[in-house]
Amino acid sequence: MSKYSIFSLARNALSFHQNWEKAWRSPEPKKQYDVIIVGGGGHGLATAYYLAKEHGIKNIAVLEKGWIGGGNTGRNTTIVRSNYLWDESAHLYEKAMKLWEGLSQDLNYNVMFSQRGVYNLGHNLQDMRDIERRVNANRLNGIDGYVVGPEEIKRAIPALNVDAGCRYPVLGASFQPRAGVARHDAVAWGFARGADKYGVDIIQNCEVTAIRQENGEVTGVETSKGTISAKKVGVVVAGHCSVLADMAGFRMPIESHPLQALVSEPIKPVLDTVVMSNAVHGYVSQSDKGDLVIGAGIDSYTGYGQRGSFSGIEHTVAAIIEMFPIFSRVRMNRQWGGIVDTTPDACPIIGNTPVKGLYFNCGWGTGGFKATPGSGWVFAHNVATGTPHELNAAFGLDRFTSGFLIDEHGAAGVAH
Amino acid sequence: MLLIECPWCGERDESEFSYAGEAHIARPLETEKLSDEEWANYLFLRKNTKGLHREQWNHAAGCRRYFNIVRNTVSYKISGSYKIGDQGPKIEEQGPKSGKQGPIGDES
Repeated sequence: MSKYSIFSLARNALSFHQNWEKAWRSPEPKKQYDVIIVGGGGHGLATAYYLAKEHGIKNIAVLEKGWIGGGNTGRNTTIVRSNYLWDESAHLYEKAMKLWEGLSQDLNYNVMFSQRGVYNLGHNLQDMRDIERRVNANRLNGIDGYVVGPEEIKRAIPALNVDAGCRYPVLGASFQPRAGVARHDAVAWGFARGADKYGVDIIQNCEVTAIRQENGEVTGVETSKGTISAKKVGVVVAGHCSVLADMAGFRMPIESHPLQALVSEPIKPVLDTVVMSNAVHGYVSQSDKGDLVIGAGIDSYTGYGQRGSFSGIEHTVAAIIEMFPIFSRVRMNRQWGGIVDTTPDACPIIGNTPVKGLYFNCGWGTGGFKATPGSGWVFAHNVATGTPHELNAAFGLDRFTSGFLIDEHGAAGVAH
Repeated sequence: MLLIECPWCGERDESEFSYAGEAHIARPLETEKLSDEEWANYLFLRKNTKGLHREQWNHAAGCRRYFNIVRNTVSYKISGSYKIGDQGPKIEEQGPKSGKQGPIGDES
């Protein structure tokens, strides 16, 4: 596979860009693999990539029922940050952040990671106390961040309404300078190309219909393209993890909800950072193309429909207009929904299951995109060695029995 | 927008209601005798059915009473609502057939 560089760009320009080779193959599945990863989203592809690169396991299939990156990877609002409150999640997301910072070079694929910073606004005294607590916790964990006041926010984001008289006055914010956004499709494509380079078979339009097991050990999967056997199966299917768990014979503490996002028509540069607010419940950034990328909360009811409710749109844009009255006449271009796998404590479930050789990585809920490389990194370790990485040891399924929940609702339950 | 039928008030817009989770999960009576696993099953494990799902709603901006509906979680089509304690419409049960949920009555 050729390396992408200024020289390859110039060479391909000579043939009017008609001869770029495909970034990954589309092979037919073999009968047998060492590891099968179910789910070709960012997390699944990252898992395959790090399994091949860091653990030397190259006989891997990634099975995707649709097209890669077509689920939540291609449906989120692309925000990347690591300013989580509790140690366990802070370490996990910070690992992801460190990987993000070298990801384009590592993959030789521009994931357009832009560290434009993230502001988490506080609108009342308790918000500000929580923000100060979280920033202090972050700094103790080596994560950058500081508390800013309304004047500094106004200087940085002139379009934001910080008038003291508004319904939800902005009293301050936490700011993480290293946070930002990345190009979501490029993340899936970059990991796919990177994994393919190591010989990983990426098989699209291949839906898993059953998980085969003997004596409590996984032996493979049945798919729409036939039976494929493997001693290890990693399931990374987000909203459908309950369906896959049912195939394997156990239940998950997960409920799947629709979460929607919107983009506006492209407008001139107006917002060069990411603004999130838990209290008015919305988050917005501006893409390089100029669209405002807008998201908010999940629909209250469970659903697999990959579309959001109309009342959800109303709540979302109301929150954005509350923060940015200047956007009130911007027209929305597109709206879509994804299915997020929410857990009781707003933290992921990564680790072993009651079936030997079967591993689950799910429960990322509304905020999995930011963790994509870190999630793949720890899950690859878990699948390769059969035991959790130190960074995901606290995120096992057993925490719901032991009671050791990692309650990130305050820092993470709303906005991602 | 879902059009939800409250058994007391009739059909109203989704925005008058709040969702209250999977239906027919009875709180175990002698909780002090439950193992950690059984307690976790009651608190956290859910069917999360893809298909016909029995679930509770509250008519928050109306009569404020709870009731159950049967809703398809893929098409979002609602195929009947009924009062708490009633059996509701007969449906072909979908969702997890395997997996335990502790001492919880799982039939509707």
